Amino acid sequence: MAGYYNTQHLADFGKIADVQPEIGKKFFEYYGAVFADGALTAREKSVIALAVAHAVQCPYCIDAYTQDCQQKGADIEQMTEALHVAVAIRGGASLVHGMQMREKAGKLGM
Amino acid sequence: MTEIIPPRRFKEVADAVAADAQSPRAAQSLQRRHAPLASTSAQLAMLGALPLEREGRQVTFEDLTGGVLRPAKLEIFQVNLGKLCNMACRHCHVDAGPDRTDAMMSDETVEHVIAAIKLSTATTVDLTGGAPELHPRFRDIVEAAVKAGKHVMDRCNLTILLVPRNAGLIDWLAERNVEIVASLPHYRRPNTDSQRGAGVFEKSMKAMTMLNAAGYGTGDPAHRLTLVSNPSGAFLGASQATAEREWRQSLLREHGVTFDRLFVLNNMPISRFLEWLETSGNLTAYMERLVAAFNPGAVDGLMCRNTLSVGWDGALYDCDFNQMLDLKLAPASNAHIENFDEARWHARTIVTARHCFGCTAGAGSSCGGQTA
Repeated sequence: MAGYYNTQHLADFGKIADVQPEIGKKFFEYYGAVFADGALTAREKSVIALAVAHAVQCPYCIDAYTQDCQQKGADIEQMTEALHVAVAIRGGASLVHGMQMREKAGKLGM
Repeated sequence: MTEIIPPRRFKEVADAVAADAQSPRAAQSLQRRHAPLASTSAQLAMLGALPLEREGRQVTFEDLTGGVLRPAKLEIFQVNLGKLCNMACRHCHVDAGPDRTDAMMSDETVEHVIAAIKLSTATTVDLTGGAPELHPRFRDIVEAAVKAGKHVMDRCNLTILLVPRNAGLIDWLAERNVEIVASLPHYRRPNTDSQRGAGVFEKSMKAMTMLNAAGYGTGDPAHRLTLVSNPSGAFLGASQATAEREWRQSLLREHGVTFDRLFVLNNMPISRFLEWLETSGNLTAYMERLVAAFNPGAVDGLMCRNTLSVGWDGALYDCDFNQMLDLKLAPASNAHIENFDEARWHARTIVTARHCFGCTAGAGSSCGGQTA
Protein backbone atom coordinates (compact mmCIF):
# COMPACT_ATOMS: atom_id res chain seq x y z
CA MET A 1 0.00 0.00 0.00
CA ALA A 2 1.54 3.26 -1.21
CA GLY A 3 -0.22 5.56 1.24
CA TYR A 4 -3.55 6.58 2.71
CA TYR A 5 -4.78 8.45 -0.38
CA ASN A 6 -4.41 7.46 -4.04
CA THR A 7 -5.92 9.45 -6.97
CA GLN A 8 -6.57 6.18 -8.83
CA HIS A 9 -9.08 5.25 -6.12
CA LEU A 10 -11.45 7.90 -7.50
CA ALA A 11 -11.37 6.41 -11.01
CA ASP A 12 -11.79 2.93 -9.51
CA PHE A 13 -14.60 3.94 -7.12
CA GLY A 14 -17.18 1.82 -9.00
CA LYS A 15 -15.16 -1.30 -8.25
CA ILE A 16 -16.24 -1.07 -4.61
CA ALA A 17 -19.36 -2.90 -5.83
CA ASP A 18 -17.28 -5.89 -7.01
CA VAL A 19 -17.84 -7.24 -3.51
CA GLN A 20 -21.46 -7.43 -2.28
CA PRO A 21 -22.65 -6.10 -5.67
CA GLU A 22 -26.36 -5.93 -4.72
CA ILE A 23 -25.67 -3.37 -2.01
CA GLY A 24 -23.15 -1.48 -4.15
CA LYS A 25 -25.58 -1.32 -7.06
CA LYS A 26 -28.28 0.12 -4.81
CA PHE A 27 -25.89 2.80 -3.58
CA PHE A 28 -24.88 3.91 -7.09
CA GLU A 29 -28.47 3.92 -8.31
CA TYR A 30 -29.44 6.07 -5.35
CA TYR A 31 -26.44 8.32 -5.95
CA GLY A 32 -27.39 8.81 -9.60
CA ALA A 33 -30.98 9.63 -8.67
CA VAL A 34 -29.87 12.15 -6.04
CA PHE A 35 -27.86 14.15 -8.58
CA ALA A 36 -30.41 14.16 -11.41
CA ASP A 37 -32.30 17.32 -12.37
CA GLY A 38 -35.28 17.65 -10.04
CA ALA A 39 -36.71 20.41 -7.89
CA LEU A 40 -33.06 21.52 -7.80
CA THR A 41 -31.03 21.49 -11.01
CA ALA A 42 -28.11 19.08 -11.40
CA ARG A 43 -25.90 22.18 -11.44
CA GLU A 44 -27.24 23.43 -8.08
CA LYS A 45 -26.74 19.96 -6.59
CA SER A 46 -23.18 19.89 -7.86
CA VAL A 47 -22.42 23.21 -6.14
CA ILE A 48 -23.94 21.88 -2.89
CA ALA A 49 -21.80 18.74 -3.26
CA LEU A 50 -18.70 20.88 -3.66
CA ALA A 51 -19.47 22.71 -0.42
CA VAL A 52 -20.19 19.46 1.45
CA ALA A 53 -16.98 17.94 0.03
CA HIS A 54 -15.01 20.68 1.80
CA ALA A 55 -17.00 20.28 5.01
CA VAL A 56 -16.26 16.54 5.12
CA GLN A 57 -12.74 17.23 3.78
CA CYS A 58 -12.88 14.51 1.14
CA PRO A 59 -10.12 15.01 -1.46
CA TYR A 60 -11.82 12.62 -3.89
CA CYS A 61 -15.07 14.58 -3.68
CA ILE A 62 -13.26 17.93 -4.04
CA ASP A 63 -11.50 16.63 -7.17
CA ALA A 64 -14.70 15.24 -8.68
CA TYR A 65 -17.00 18.16 -7.87
CA THR A 66 -14.56 20.91 -8.82
CA GLN A 67 -14.54 19.43 -12.31
CA ASP A 68 -18.27 18.73 -12.27
CA CYS A 69 -19.10 22.30 -11.18
CA GLN A 70 -16.89 23.75 -13.93
CA GLN A 71 -18.42 21.45 -16.50
CA LYS A 72 -21.92 22.44 -15.40
CA GLY A 73 -21.03 26.10 -15.93
CA ALA A 74 -20.22 27.34 -12.42
CA ASP A 75 -17.37 29.86 -12.29
CA ILE A 76 -14.66 30.28 -9.66
CA GLU A 77 -16.53 33.08 -7.83
CA GLN A 78 -19.66 30.93 -7.47
CA MET A 79 -17.63 27.91 -6.35
CA THR A 80 -15.74 30.03 -3.80
CA GLU A 81 -19.02 31.36 -2.39
CA ALA A 82 -20.23 27.76 -1.98
CA LEU A 83 -17.00 26.93 -0.16
CA HIS A 84 -17.60 29.83 2.24
CA VAL A 85 -21.08 28.51 2.99
CA ALA A 86 -19.45 25.27 4.19
CA VAL A 87 -16.82 27.23 6.13
CA ALA A 88 -19.47 29.45 7.73
CA ILE A 89 -21.52 26.46 8.89
CA ARG A 90 -18.45 24.68 10.20
CA GLY A 91 -17.25 27.84 11.97
CA GLY A 92 -20.73 28.63 13.21
CA ALA A 93 -21.14 25.10 14.51
CA SER A 94 -18.06 25.56 16.68
CA LEU A 95 -19.01 29.02 17.75
CA VAL A 96 -22.57 28.19 18.74
CA HIS A 97 -21.20 25.52 21.13
CA GLY A 98 -19.68 28.47 22.93
CA MET A 99 -23.11 29.09 24.39
CA GLN A 100 -22.79 25.75 26.19
CA MET A 101 -19.42 26.87 27.51
CA ARG A 102 -20.92 30.17 28.63
CA GLU A 103 -23.84 28.49 30.39
CA LYS A 104 -21.56 26.09 32.25
CA ALA A 105 -19.05 28.82 33.10
CA GLY A 106 -21.86 31.06 34.27
CA LYS A 107 -23.18 28.40 36.57
CA LEU A 108 -19.82 27.53 38.12
CA GLY A 109 -18.30 30.98 38.24
CA MET A 110 -19.08 33.77 40.68
CA MET B 1 -8.29 37.73 -64.34
CA THR B 2 -7.12 37.32 -60.77
CA GLU B 3 -7.46 40.56 -58.95
CA ILE B 4 -5.02 40.73 -56.09
CA ILE B 5 -6.38 42.80 -53.25
CA PRO B 6 -3.63 45.01 -51.90
CA PRO B 7 -2.95 43.93 -48.33
CA ARG B 8 -3.14 47.63 -47.49
CA ARG B 9 -6.91 47.39 -47.80
CA PHE B 10 -7.09 44.93 -44.93
CA LYS B 11 -4.34 46.70 -43.04
CA GLU B 12 -6.53 49.81 -42.94
CA VAL B 13 -9.26 47.78 -41.27
CA ALA B 14 -6.78 46.23 -38.85
CA ASP B 15 -5.33 49.65 -38.01
CA ALA B 16 -8.81 51.03 -37.40
CA VAL B 17 -9.46 48.21 -34.95
CA ALA B 18 -6.05 48.61 -33.31
CA ALA B 19 -6.71 52.32 -32.91
CA ASP B 20 -9.58 51.37 -30.64
CA ALA B 21 -7.42 51.36 -27.52
CA GLN B 22 -10.08 49.41 -25.65
CA SER B 23 -9.72 46.38 -27.90
CA PRO B 24 -9.11 43.47 -25.56
CA ARG B 25 -6.44 40.87 -26.24
CA ALA B 26 -6.11 37.69 -24.22
CA ALA B 27 -3.54 36.05 -26.49
CA GLN B 28 -1.41 36.50 -29.60
CA SER B 29 -1.84 34.38 -32.71
CA LEU B 30 0.35 31.30 -33.11
CA GLN B 31 1.44 32.71 -36.44
CA ARG B 32 2.58 36.00 -34.94
CA ARG B 33 4.58 34.13 -32.30
CA HIS B 34 5.99 31.71 -34.92
CA ALA B 35 4.76 28.93 -32.62
CA PRO B 36 5.32 25.35 -33.85
CA LEU B 37 1.56 24.68 -33.82
CA ALA B 38 0.97 27.42 -36.39
CA SER B 39 1.56 24.49 -38.78
CA THR B 40 -1.54 22.36 -39.35
CA SER B 41 0.59 19.27 -40.01
CA ALA B 42 2.24 19.76 -36.59
CA GLN B 43 -1.23 19.89 -35.02
CA LEU B 44 -2.38 16.70 -36.77
CA ALA B 45 0.88 14.96 -35.84
CA MET B 46 0.45 15.93 -32.18
CA LEU B 47 -3.12 14.58 -32.08
CA GLY B 48 -2.16 11.43 -33.99
CA ALA B 49 0.69 10.62 -31.62
CA LEU B 50 -1.39 10.73 -28.42
CA PRO B 51 -1.72 7.39 -26.64
CA LEU B 52 -5.49 7.02 -26.90
CA GLU B 53 -6.11 3.34 -26.57
CA ARG B 54 -9.15 1.12 -26.50
CA GLU B 55 -8.77 -2.59 -25.96
CA GLY B 56 -5.02 -2.31 -26.33
CA ARG B 57 -4.81 -0.45 -29.64
CA GLN B 58 -4.84 3.13 -30.86
CA VAL B 59 -8.40 4.34 -31.35
CA THR B 60 -9.57 6.19 -34.48
CA PHE B 61 -12.74 8.19 -35.01
CA GLU B 62 -14.14 5.45 -37.29
CA ASP B 63 -13.63 2.89 -34.51
CA LEU B 64 -16.20 4.80 -32.46
CA THR B 65 -18.66 5.69 -35.21
CA GLY B 66 -18.47 2.19 -36.68
CA GLY B 67 -17.59 3.41 -40.18
CA VAL B 68 -17.52 6.52 -42.34
CA LEU B 69 -20.05 9.30 -41.81
CA ARG B 70 -22.84 9.43 -44.37
CA PRO B 71 -23.52 12.79 -46.06
CA ALA B 72 -26.94 14.37 -45.50
CA LYS B 73 -28.88 17.01 -47.46
CA LEU B 74 -27.03 20.31 -47.90
CA GLU B 75 -28.54 22.84 -45.52
CA ILE B 76 -25.79 25.23 -44.45
CA PHE B 77 -23.45 27.18 -46.73
CA GLN B 78 -20.80 28.41 -44.31
CA VAL B 79 -18.28 31.01 -45.43
CA ASN B 80 -15.17 31.97 -43.50
CA LEU B 81 -14.36 35.50 -44.67
CA GLY B 82 -10.93 35.56 -43.08
CA LYS B 83 -8.93 35.41 -39.88
CA LEU B 84 -8.83 39.11 -39.05
CA CYS B 85 -10.44 39.76 -35.66
CA ASN B 86 -10.52 42.63 -33.19
CA MET B 87 -9.93 40.12 -30.40
CA ALA B 88 -7.47 37.29 -29.80
CA CYS B 89 -9.12 34.75 -27.51
CA ARG B 90 -7.04 32.07 -25.81
CA HIS B 91 -9.17 29.18 -27.07
CA CYS B 92 -9.51 30.29 -30.73
CA HIS B 93 -9.43 27.33 -33.12
CA VAL B 94 -9.01 29.69 -36.09
CA ASP B 95 -5.83 31.37 -34.79
CA ALA B 96 -7.60 34.64 -35.57
CA GLY B 97 -6.39 38.03 -34.37
CA PRO B 98 -5.75 41.66 -35.24
CA ASP B 99 -2.55 40.67 -37.08
CA ARG B 100 -4.20 38.18 -39.48
CA THR B 101 -4.53 40.41 -42.57
CA ASP B 102 -2.67 37.64 -44.42
CA ALA B 103 -5.76 35.40 -44.52
CA MET B 104 -8.64 37.44 -45.96
CA MET B 105 -10.98 36.55 -48.82
CA SER B 106 -10.12 38.22 -52.15
CA ASP B 107 -12.68 40.06 -54.29
CA GLU B 108 -12.45 37.31 -56.89
CA THR B 109 -13.30 34.63 -54.32
CA VAL B 110 -16.13 36.79 -52.95
CA GLU B 111 -17.65 36.80 -56.45
CA HIS B 112 -17.32 33.00 -56.72
CA VAL B 113 -18.96 32.65 -53.30
CA ILE B 114 -21.88 34.88 -54.27
CA ALA B 115 -22.39 32.95 -57.52
CA ALA B 116 -22.31 29.62 -55.66
CA ILE B 117 -24.76 30.83 -52.99
CA LYS B 118 -27.25 31.73 -55.74
CA LEU B 119 -26.92 28.24 -57.30
CA SER B 120 -26.92 26.31 -54.03
CA THR B 121 -29.90 24.46 -52.56
CA ALA B 122 -28.66 25.31 -49.05
CA THR B 123 -31.28 27.23 -47.09
CA THR B 124 -28.89 28.98 -44.68
CA VAL B 125 -25.81 31.08 -45.30
CA ASP B 126 -23.59 31.14 -42.22
CA LEU B 127 -20.89 33.84 -42.16
CA THR B 128 -17.92 33.39 -39.88
CA GLY B 129 -14.26 34.35 -39.47
CA GLY B 130 -12.31 35.95 -37.63
CA ALA B 131 -14.81 38.71 -37.24
CA PRO B 132 -16.69 38.49 -40.56
CA GLU B 133 -17.97 42.04 -40.09
CA LEU B 134 -14.39 43.31 -40.57
CA HIS B 135 -14.31 42.14 -44.19
CA PRO B 136 -14.91 45.07 -46.60
CA ARG B 137 -17.28 42.87 -48.65
CA PHE B 138 -19.28 41.52 -45.66
CA ARG B 139 -22.38 43.54 -46.52
CA ASP B 140 -22.19 42.55 -50.21
CA ILE B 141 -22.33 38.86 -49.32
CA VAL B 142 -25.16 39.36 -46.80
CA GLU B 143 -27.14 41.34 -49.38
CA ALA B 144 -26.62 38.74 -52.11
CA ALA B 145 -27.61 35.86 -49.80
CA VAL B 146 -30.73 37.66 -48.56
CA LYS B 147 -31.74 38.42 -52.17
CA ALA B 148 -31.23 34.74 -53.01
CA GLY B 149 -33.81 33.95 -50.32
CA LYS B 150 -31.38 32.45 -47.82
CA HIS B 151 -31.56 32.68 -44.05
CA VAL B 152 -28.35 34.48 -43.08
CA MET B 153 -26.45 33.97 -39.83
CA ASP B 154 -23.71 36.34 -38.69
CA ARG B 155 -21.29 34.63 -36.29
CA CYS B 156 -20.55 37.68 -34.24
CA ASN B 157 -18.19 38.17 -31.28
CA LEU B 158 -20.39 41.00 -29.85
CA THR B 159 -17.51 43.43 -29.16
CA ILE B 160 -17.07 44.02 -32.90
CA LEU B 161 -20.44 45.80 -32.87
CA LEU B 162 -18.90 48.55 -30.71
CA VAL B 163 -16.03 49.29 -33.12
CA PRO B 164 -16.67 52.78 -34.59
CA ARG B 165 -16.55 51.61 -38.22
CA ASN B 166 -19.52 49.31 -37.50
CA ALA B 167 -21.82 52.10 -36.28
CA GLY B 168 -25.27 51.41 -37.73
CA LEU B 169 -24.48 47.79 -38.58
CA ILE B 170 -27.03 46.34 -36.13
CA ASP B 171 -29.90 48.24 -37.72
CA TRP B 172 -28.64 47.29 -41.20
CA LEU B 173 -28.63 43.60 -40.23
CA ALA B 174 -32.03 43.91 -38.55
CA GLU B 175 -33.54 45.37 -41.74
CA ARG B 176 -32.42 42.19 -43.53
CA ASN B 177 -33.58 39.79 -40.80
CA VAL B 178 -30.05 38.46 -40.33
CA GLU B 179 -29.76 36.13 -37.33
CA ILE B 180 -27.03 37.13 -34.88
CA VAL B 181 -25.18 34.09 -33.57
CA ALA B 182 -23.06 35.67 -30.87
CA SER B 183 -20.23 33.98 -29.03
CA LEU B 184 -20.17 34.60 -25.28
CA PRO B 185 -18.13 32.04 -23.32
CA HIS B 186 -20.08 32.49 -20.08
CA TYR B 187 -22.95 34.53 -18.63
CA ARG B 188 -20.70 36.00 -15.94
CA ARG B 189 -17.53 38.07 -16.14
CA PRO B 190 -14.71 35.82 -14.77
CA ASN B 191 -14.86 33.01 -17.33
CA THR B 192 -15.60 35.37 -20.22
CA ASP B 193 -12.72 37.75 -19.49
CA SER B 194 -10.25 34.93 -18.78
CA GLN B 195 -10.75 33.62 -22.33
CA ARG B 196 -11.26 36.84 -24.23
CA GLY B 197 -9.44 39.60 -22.33
CA ALA B 198 -10.19 42.05 -19.54
CA GLY B 199 -13.30 44.14 -20.10
CA VAL B 200 -14.82 41.90 -22.78
CA PHE B 201 -17.77 40.85 -20.65
CA GLU B 202 -18.79 44.44 -19.99
CA LYS B 203 -18.52 45.28 -23.70
CA SER B 204 -20.53 42.18 -24.58
CA MET B 205 -23.33 43.29 -22.27
CA LYS B 206 -23.29 46.72 -23.93
CA ALA B 207 -23.56 45.07 -27.38
CA MET B 208 -26.43 42.86 -26.17
CA THR B 209 -28.24 45.95 -24.87
CA MET B 210 -27.87 47.53 -28.33
CA LEU B 211 -29.10 44.34 -30.01
CA ASN B 212 -32.13 44.16 -27.71
CA ALA B 213 -32.92 47.82 -28.49
CA ALA B 214 -32.92 46.93 -32.21
CA GLY B 215 -35.40 44.10 -31.56
CA TYR B 216 -32.90 41.23 -31.37
CA GLY B 217 -33.33 38.60 -28.67
CA THR B 218 -36.86 39.60 -27.82
CA GLY B 219 -38.72 36.56 -29.15
CA ASP B 220 -39.20 37.86 -32.71
CA PRO B 221 -38.28 34.95 -35.02
CA ALA B 222 -37.17 37.42 -37.71
CA HIS B 223 -34.59 38.92 -35.33
CA ARG B 224 -33.16 35.98 -33.54
CA LEU B 225 -30.24 36.43 -31.15
CA THR B 226 -28.55 33.11 -30.47
CA LEU B 227 -25.77 32.95 -27.88
CA VAL B 228 -22.94 30.44 -28.20
CA SER B 229 -21.11 29.29 -25.08
CA ASN B 230 -17.98 27.20 -24.77
CA PRO B 231 -16.28 25.77 -21.68
CA SER B 232 -13.56 27.79 -19.99
CA GLY B 233 -11.08 24.94 -19.77
CA ALA B 234 -10.36 21.27 -20.35
CA PHE B 235 -13.87 19.94 -19.75
CA LEU B 236 -17.04 19.41 -21.78
CA GLY B 237 -19.91 21.80 -22.29
CA ALA B 238 -22.80 22.00 -19.83
CA SER B 239 -26.29 20.69 -20.61
CA GLN B 240 -27.72 23.17 -23.11
CA ALA B 241 -31.29 23.24 -21.78
CA THR B 242 -30.28 23.63 -18.12
CA ALA B 243 -27.63 26.23 -18.94
CA GLU B 244 -30.10 28.23 -21.03
CA ARG B 245 -32.45 28.64 -18.06
CA GLU B 246 -29.59 29.69 -15.81
CA TRP B 247 -28.22 32.17 -18.39
CA ARG B 248 -31.65 33.64 -19.10
CA GLN B 249 -32.39 34.34 -15.44
CA SER B 250 -28.94 35.72 -14.61
CA LEU B 251 -28.48 37.92 -17.70
CA LEU B 252 -31.92 39.46 -17.19
CA ARG B 253 -31.47 39.96 -13.45
CA GLU B 254 -27.89 41.24 -13.50
CA HIS B 255 -27.72 43.06 -16.84
CA GLY B 256 -31.28 43.50 -18.10
CA VAL B 257 -30.55 41.74 -21.42
CA THR B 258 -32.38 38.92 -23.21
CA PHE B 259 -31.64 36.38 -25.93
CA ASP B 260 -33.60 33.75 -27.85
CA ARG B 261 -31.62 30.55 -27.50
CA LEU B 262 -28.29 29.20 -26.27
CA PHE B 263 -25.90 26.83 -28.05
CA VAL B 264 -23.33 25.01 -25.92
CA LEU B 265 -20.23 23.83 -27.80
CA ASN B 266 -17.21 21.78 -26.82
CA ASN B 267 -13.75 23.25 -27.33
CA MET B 268 -11.94 21.62 -30.24
CA PRO B 269 -8.34 20.46 -29.81
CA ILE B 270 -7.14 22.69 -32.64
CA SER B 271 -4.84 25.69 -32.92
CA ARG B 272 -4.64 27.89 -29.79
CA PHE B 273 -6.84 25.61 -27.65
CA LEU B 274 -4.61 22.68 -28.63
CA GLU B 275 -1.55 24.70 -27.64
CA TRP B 276 -3.15 25.60 -24.28
CA LEU B 277 -4.06 21.93 -23.64
CA GLU B 278 -0.48 20.91 -24.32
CA THR B 279 1.27 23.62 -22.29
CA SER B 280 -1.14 23.27 -19.34
CA GLY B 281 -0.58 19.50 -19.21
CA ASN B 282 -4.24 18.74 -19.99
CA LEU B 283 -3.94 17.38 -23.53
CA THR B 284 -3.99 13.59 -23.05
CA ALA B 285 -6.57 13.72 -20.25
CA TYR B 286 -8.82 16.01 -22.33
CA MET B 287 -8.64 13.73 -25.37
CA GLU B 288 -9.30 10.69 -23.16
CA ARG B 289 -12.31 12.55 -21.76
CA LEU B 290 -13.63 13.18 -25.30
CA VAL B 291 -13.18 9.51 -26.27
CA ALA B 292 -14.76 8.25 -23.04
CA ALA B 293 -17.73 10.60 -23.54
CA PHE B 294 -18.35 9.44 -27.13
CA ASN B 295 -22.10 9.54 -27.71
CA PRO B 296 -23.48 7.58 -30.69
CA GLY B 297 -26.65 9.69 -30.45
CA ALA B 298 -24.64 12.80 -31.37
CA VAL B 299 -23.49 11.45 -34.74
CA ASP B 300 -26.63 12.03 -36.83
CA GLY B 301 -26.71 15.76 -36.09
CA LEU B 302 -23.05 16.44 -36.89
CA MET B 303 -22.65 19.58 -38.97
CA CYS B 304 -20.13 18.02 -41.36
CA ARG B 305 -23.02 15.98 -42.81
CA ASN B 306 -25.15 18.97 -43.92
CA THR B 307 -22.63 21.82 -44.19
CA LEU B 308 -20.36 23.12 -46.92
CA SER B 309 -17.49 25.09 -45.39
CA VAL B 310 -15.72 27.66 -47.60
CA GLY B 311 -12.30 28.94 -46.55
CA TRP B 312 -11.00 32.50 -47.03
CA ASP B 313 -9.02 31.32 -50.07
CA GLY B 314 -12.02 29.57 -51.66
CA ALA B 315 -10.96 26.06 -50.64
CA LEU B 316 -13.81 23.78 -49.51
CA TYR B 317 -14.13 21.59 -46.43
CA ASP B 318 -16.65 19.42 -44.56
CA CYS B 319 -16.61 21.81 -41.59
CA ASP B 320 -14.85 24.82 -40.10
CA PHE B 321 -12.68 22.57 -37.92
CA ASN B 322 -11.40 20.57 -40.90
CA GLN B 323 -10.78 23.93 -42.53
CA MET B 324 -8.50 25.00 -39.68
CA LEU B 325 -6.54 21.74 -40.01
CA ASP B 326 -6.38 22.08 -43.81
CA LEU B 327 -8.25 18.77 -44.32
CA LYS B 328 -9.89 19.58 -47.64
CA LEU B 329 -13.11 18.23 -49.13
CA ALA B 330 -12.83 14.93 -51.01
CA PRO B 331 -12.25 14.52 -53.90
CA ALA B 332 -9.67 17.29 -54.44
CA SER B 333 -11.21 18.10 -57.86
CA ASN B 334 -14.35 19.34 -56.06
CA ALA B 335 -12.52 21.22 -53.29
CA HIS B 336 -12.61 24.80 -54.56
CA ILE B 337 -15.52 27.23 -54.79
CA GLU B 338 -14.55 28.20 -58.34
CA ASN B 339 -15.61 24.83 -59.76
CA PHE B 340 -17.87 23.50 -56.98
CA ASP B 341 -20.43 20.90 -58.07
CA GLU B 342 -23.18 20.33 -55.51
CA ALA B 343 -24.29 17.02 -57.06
CA ARG B 344 -20.79 15.60 -56.57
CA TRP B 345 -20.72 16.98 -53.01
CA HIS B 346 -23.59 14.65 -52.07
CA ALA B 347 -21.51 11.60 -52.97
CA ARG B 348 -18.42 12.63 -51.00
CA THR B 349 -16.67 10.81 -48.20
CA ILE B 350 -16.52 12.99 -45.09
CA VAL B 351 -12.95 13.57 -43.93
CA THR B 352 -12.36 12.80 -40.25
CA ALA B 353 -9.47 12.67 -37.79
CA ARG B 354 -8.99 12.65 -34.03
CA HIS B 355 -10.19 16.24 -33.50
CA CYS B 356 -13.67 14.92 -34.47
CA PHE B 357 -13.96 13.35 -30.98
CA GLY B 358 -14.76 16.92 -29.85
CA CYS B 359 -18.05 16.96 -31.78
CA THR B 360 -19.31 13.57 -30.56
CA ALA B 361 -18.48 13.96 -26.86
CA GLY B 362 -21.22 14.31 -24.26
CA ALA B 363 -24.33 15.86 -25.74
CA GLY B 364 -22.53 16.46 -29.04
CA SER B 365 -21.30 19.74 -30.45
CA SER B 366 -21.79 21.49 -33.76
CA CYS B 367 -22.15 25.01 -35.11
CA GLY B 368 -25.85 24.52 -34.30
CA GLY B 369 -25.20 23.56 -30.68
CA GLN B 370 -25.68 20.17 -29.06
CA THR B 371 -26.70 17.40 -31.44
CA ALA B 372 -27.83 14.47 -29.30
